[in-house]
Amino acid sequence: MKSNKDGITTVLGLVTMLLMFIALLLVFGYAPIEKAMGMAQKIFYFHVPSAFMAFGSFAIVFVASILYLKSKNDKYDRVASSAAEVGVIFSILILLTGPIWARSAWGVWWTWEPRLTTTLILFLIFVGYLMLRNYGSSGEQMKRYSAVLGIIGFLDVPLVYTSIKWWAPEVTSHPQGLELEPQMKFVLTFSFFVFGMLLLYLILKRIELSNMRNKLELLKKDYLR
Amino acid sequence: MRHLSQLSALLRKDILIELKSRETVISMLLFSLLVLLVFNFAFEADSAAIKKISPGLLWITFLFFGVLGLNRSFTLEKENDSLQGTLLAPVDRSVIYLGKFLSNLLFILLVELITLPLFTLFLNVDLLSHIGKLLPILLLGSIGFISVGTLFSAMAVNTKMREIMLPLLLYPISTPAFIAATKCTSAILRDRPIESYSNWLNILILFDVVFFVTSFLIFEFVVEE
Repeated sequence: MKSNKDGITTVLGLVTMLLMFIALLLVFGYAPIEKAMGMAQKIFYFHVPSAFMAFGSFAIVFVASILYLKSKNDKYDRVASSAAEVGVIFSILILLTGPIWARSAWGVWWTWEPRLTTTLILFLIFVGYLMLRNYGSSGEQMKRYSAVLGIIGFLDVPLVYTSIKWWAPEVTSHPQGLELEPQMKFVLTFSFFVFGMLLLYLILKRIELSNMRNKLELLKKDYLR
Repeated sequence: MRHLSQLSALLRKDILIELKSRETVISMLLFSLLVLLVFNFAFEADSAAIKKISPGLLWITFLFFGVLGLNRSFTLEKENDSLQGTLLAPVDRSVIYLGKFLSNLLFILLVELITLPLFTLFLNVDLLSHIGKLLPILLLGSIGFISVGTLFSAMAVNTKMREIMLPLLLYPISTPAFIAATKCTSAILRDRPIESYSNWLNILILFDVVFFVTSFLIFEFVVEE
């Protein structure tokens, strides 16, 4: 049973890798080059899905944290901590791909634009979450603490976004309601799908790792007194 | 009624401790003075620049010494395991939170009120003539970061890096409150009518309500044994 489950995630990982290659081929070979932004626009096929996956991961942290506090079931804690780690990875991806694009589109690497700034703050909140987990006492207390932080951190997102938006209304904004060619739309949808699979794969793999770690702790308790 | 008398007992305890030792308020006050001193050297008092950035400087000062006070509030409880004692008493967890929240608010507001004339004196920015309009903002802004801060301070005290953990968790979360409070203060100092900053006031109030209620409800999971 156990090995069978591991097998499924491995297959998922391999399929994701294959699809990611296809996505790259589509992005550079099939999608037409955008008139105004040129080649720089290509980064958009990875940047936008990364953003959705990061916010998705933090939403998973939020829900799993509430479920953990309600049920005290370790399973939810493992889901929340795994999703937080993966969410931080995707935020790093946004924060890396964003400036590369901004440099060519806006002429600067960084502006204090609402989405950019919100992402940065969200990244800082969840890096704090990971630090809390690493530097706290182990055990049940830390799981409760991180669940509390997971809930508070996610509730903060709309407030952070609105306040930064009002704070700098004149700052160059992300392209709104971009007119996409049908081919571009197809490639973007495909990328979303592949990134969704990547998210699923990373979270599942991370949960497996936590389960293994947990088992190791139990074994240590039994055999190394 | 019972809750009210419990609350006043808890608050009385914190005030008595503070009256005996005077540790928290005095250290916050000294720190606030030091921050003003550093600001003077960094920005040169009386310059036009400092007039422009004084609302931000004021709130940075508050956030800086606020964290000192918040850190102290649960470190003190931890030292003699006195939190354990309070938890054993037949008192609702949320009443304990409320007691801590109110004592933190009281001490931090007190230091803020003393900081205002010092700020006026040292940096030559006239805050005192706007005091009537500034007080509500001071109160709302402080409620915002102290409500989350009290919750986080109860968590940070049980981590390995307690002093550094609190600001790392608190500052990113309280960005919306910080931005809104700074914007309100800046509008007041420029004698703008309330309509010009009412949306910032709304954000500040919303932040206070959301995080006060959430912290109040979630606190029992933090101190649970």
